[in-house]
Amino acid sequence: MSRFFIALLALPLALGWALAPASTAWAAPRELTNISYDPTRELYDEYNKAFTAHWLESQGEEIAIVQSHGGSSKQARTVIEGNEADVVTLALAIDITAIEEAGLIKAGWREEFPDNSCPYTSTIVFLVRKGNPKNIKDWGDLVREGVGVITPNPKTSGGARWNYLAAWAYADRLYNHDEAKVIDFMKKLFANVLVLDAGARGSTNTFVQNGQGDALLAWENEAYLALAETPDQFEIVAPPTSILAEPPVAIVDENADKKGTRDLATAYLQYLYSENGQRIAGKHFYRPSNPAIAQEFKDVFTLSMELITIDDPLFGGWDIAQEKHFNDGGVFDRIYSND
Amino acid sequence: MAYVREERGWARLILITVSFLFVALMLILPLAQVLSKAFEHGIKPFWEAVSDEYSVKAARLSALTAILAVLLNTFFGIAAAWAITRFAFRGKGFLITIIDIPFAVSPVIAGLVFVMTFGRLGWAYPFLQEHDLKIIFATPGLVLATIFVTLPFVAREIIPVLAARGTDEEEAAVLMGAGLWRTFWKVTLPHIRWALLYGIILCSARAMGEFGAVSVVSGHLRGKTNTLPLHIEILFREYHTLQSFSVATILVIVAILILIARHVVERVGRKEAEYYVR
Repeated sequence: MSRFFIALLALPLALGWALAPASTAWAAPRELTNISYDPTRELYDEYNKAFTAHWLESQGEEIAIVQSHGGSSKQARTVIEGNEADVVTLALAIDITAIEEAGLIKAGWREEFPDNSCPYTSTIVFLVRKGNPKNIKDWGDLVREGVGVITPNPKTSGGARWNYLAAWAYADRLYNHDEAKVIDFMKKLFANVLVLDAGARGSTNTFVQNGQGDALLAWENEAYLALAETPDQFEIVAPPTSILAEPPVAIVDENADKKGTRDLATAYLQYLYSENGQRIAGKHFYRPSNPAIAQEFKDVFTLSMELITIDDPLFGGWDIAQEKHFNDGGVFDRIYSND
Repeated sequence: MAYVREERGWARLILITVSFLFVALMLILPLAQVLSKAFEHGIKPFWEAVSDEYSVKAARLSALTAILAVLLNTFFGIAAAWAITRFAFRGKGFLITIIDIPFAVSPVIAGLVFVMTFGRLGWAYPFLQEHDLKIIFATPGLVLATIFVTLPFVAREIIPVLAARGTDEEEAAVLMGAGLWRTFWKVTLPHIRWALLYGIILCSARAMGEFGAVSVVSGHLRGKTNTLPLHIEILFREYHTLQSFSVATILVIVAILILIARHVVERVGRKEAEYYVR
C-alpha cells in the first residue's frame, strides 16, 4: 500500500524535474526582454531574428530575446509592477509616460531616438466587404443612412480613441472648426455603430466572424492582419484624411542598468531605424518612419493620406484630448447618450 | 425509483429533453466548435500550431506549475484534513472556513494580492531584490497563484471521509504500539486513498486550466511565463484563430483524460467501499 503512494508522489516529482527549464546559468546568453502590445507579434518575431543575427555578426555575441504581448496599458502596468523589461515598444506614448512617472524610465525618452522615438507609425482605415457594396470611400460615407459601422468603445479601448479622433479630425476640416456641427456629425456616426465592443479584437470578430456591419474602423496593420487571415472577403479603404498613430519605443532605464543590458537595449531599438529594420516594419504593415523605405511600400500604404497627429492644435496632445473627449462627462459621453 | 414511473409522461420527457439540450448547447457545441476549428484545414496546420516552440514551452510550463501546485496542495490537504478530524484545537472552525476562501474569492483578486505583495510596489519587494529572488512574473508566482485557487480541492475531499470513519481504528493501532507515522501509512491512508486521488484529479484539472490569477502574475513572457491558457488567449488576440483553437485542443484532450480518470477512480473507489462494508 505505501509503495503505491510513494510511487504516486515520486512520479510527479520526477516529471517536475524533467519539465523544469534546463538551468545552464553559466552558459546562458544575455537576455533582452521586449514588452510590447498585441498586434506586433509577427513584426517582432521577424525583427528579433534579424537583430540577433546582426548582433552576432557585428559583436560576436549570442543573445536571447524574450517577447511579451498584451493590451498596451496592461503591459505598461506589469512593467511598473516589476515585470523586468529592458525595452518597451507600446501603442501609446501615455503608456510609456506612465512607466516614466513610476520612476523606471528617465524623462526625455521621446528625444532618445529619432522621430519622437517612433520607428514606425500607423493610421486608421476602413475594412469593408469585398467589392465595397456600400461604396464607402471617406468618413462622410459612414454617416449615410443604412451603413453599419463597427468600432470598439472609446471608453475601454485605446484603439477606439484613435478611430474617434480620426473621424473628429475629418469633421473638423469639413465644417471649418465649427464644433457644434462636428459633434452633430459624430452623433450621426455613432448612431450608425451597430456593436460597440470593449476591445479592438472583439470588434474585428464582430465584423469578420459574425458578419455584422459594412465598415470596421481599425488600425491599418490590424486591418491587414484580418485581411490575411480571411482572404478574398474584405478590402481596405484608406480615407483621404485620418489620424497618425505613433507607437513609441523606449529603454526601461532602471532594468537595463540593473541587468547590464543598456548597450544591447540601445542597439536593439536603434536597429529598428536601420534600412533592414524599417523594411521589416513595412512588411508587417507598419508604416516605416524613413520616407525612402516607406516609398518602397507605396503599393501597400496610401502614402498620400493626410494624417493629423494627436499633437495637432486640434487635439493638443493625449492628456488634453483624453480629458476633453473620453473622461466621464466628456464629449464622447454627450455624443453617445443620444440627448 | 417508483415515483419516477408515476410521474406524468410529458413532465419526464420535457425535463430529460431540457437537460440534454442544455448540456448540448452549453458544453458539447462549444467544445465541438473548438475541435472543428482546430482541424479546419486538416492535420498539418494543427500539428504546426501544437508543435510550435512556444506552444510546447507553454505546455511544459503548465504541466510544471500544475504538478508543483498539486503536490504542495496534496501535502497541505492531508495535513489539514488530519488535523481537523483528529485533533481538538482552538480555531478549528476558523481553519475549515478559511480553506474555502479560494472558492469564494475571484482568482483575479488572488493574483492582485500576490502582485501587491511581491511586485515592485509591494512590501516584500526590497527583500526579494536584496536576495536576487523573483516571484512575480516568474515561475514561482505562477505556482503560488495556482496553489491559491486549487487549495481547497484535496482537503475538501478527504475531510468528510476521515470524519465519517471516526478514530477507532487509529486508536487501536496506536494502542498496539504503532507510531503516528506508521498509523497514518497503514491505517488512515488506505481508507482515504480514493478520496485523495479524486481530490488530486480535481485539483490537477483546475490547476491546468487556471487563467485569471495566473494572468495577473504572469507578465506574459513568451517561452518563460506563458502557460497554456494564456498562450491560447494571446494567439487568439493576435489574429491566429486556428493556432489558438489548435492549442486549445490540447487542453480539451487533457480535460477528457481527467474526466475518464475521475470516472474510473469513482467506480473503483465505490466498489472497494462496498467490499469493505461487506
